[in-house]
Amino acid sequence: MTALPYVDGNMLDGPLGEVFAVDLSSATARCANCGTPGPVAGLRVYSHAPGLVGRCPTCVEVMLRLVRAPDRAWLDLRGATFLQFPMPPDRPR
Amino acid sequence: MGIVTPGFQGRPRAEAPDLPPGQYLTPDFPVLSAGPTPRVPRDQWEFVISSETGTEYRWSWDEMMALPQETPTVDIHCVTRWSKLGTTWRGVSLDTLLDGVDTAADYALAHSYGGYTTNLPLEDLRDGQAWLVHTYDGDDLPAEHGGPARLLVPHLYFWKSAKWVRGIHLTVEDTPGFWETAGYHDYGDPWREQRYQGD
Ligand SMILES: [Zn+2]
Repeated sequence: MTALPYVDGNMLDGPLGEVFAVDLSSATARCANCGTPGPVAGLRVYSHAPGLVGRCPTCVEVMLRLVRAPDRAWLDLRGATFLQFPMPPDRPR
Repeated sequence: MGIVTPGFQGRPRAEAPDLPPGQYLTPDFPVLSAGPTPRVPRDQWEFVISSETGTEYRWSWDEMMALPQETPTVDIHCVTRWSKLGTTWRGVSLDTLLDGVDTAADYALAHSYGGYTTNLPLEDLRDGQAWLVHTYDGDDLPAEHGGPARLLVPHLYFWKSAKWVRGIHLTVEDTPGFWETAGYHDYGDPWREQRYQGD
């Protein structure tokens, strides 16, 4: 096979956008295995599988799994210690 | 459900097989993978069954190949809805591997090179229902299909047939594996269409 066996995390925008109200395309996630933070868009996503598997680009451990049934979805983020999102500045009180 | 298009694969409807519900027939052998493909040299390969008491039973490649070999021809059913009929493999029955293993465990957790895991009841590995296979259709099992050796448990959805299998932990308690902890069914019987939890 000449094609890369994975695609980049930008492909998660649609599937995760179905689950979250926030835009994850600009989120940062930290790998629970090696501790490296990086953009969700930088994950290596294996999509030729029963679900989507997002792996750390540094250590290749699993950071995210998303399984979509016709009427349900499961998101497993145990491989990520945090997700960081850009937010609008707090309004002064 | 279970629709088989007449003429698909050039076979008339009268010869069309009975597929599990929701499956379609494919003449291809799709490659599914949740991660990079491990490359395991045979001289470094080993297969380990560990019992619930911690006893380990190990086979090198040569030791495994010296065991009695079988050539099962079976239908396989992937949870992503393709089925492939009459696939021929060669390998060692799990009955042979479990023959000398002293255990009172009810469950098995298969684990693979690369980190994949999948769980199943130990009884589903016995009685001629499961094999450790190293040959597909007369050729060495390619790495993308799980070589040098994979599990073959054709009566369950194919995610239970762990590619690159390295060993089996025998356990008293059921321990859900890679897909079973992420929404997929704990048992995965294709004829009862047990795809997801609660199916
Ligand atoms: Zn990492």
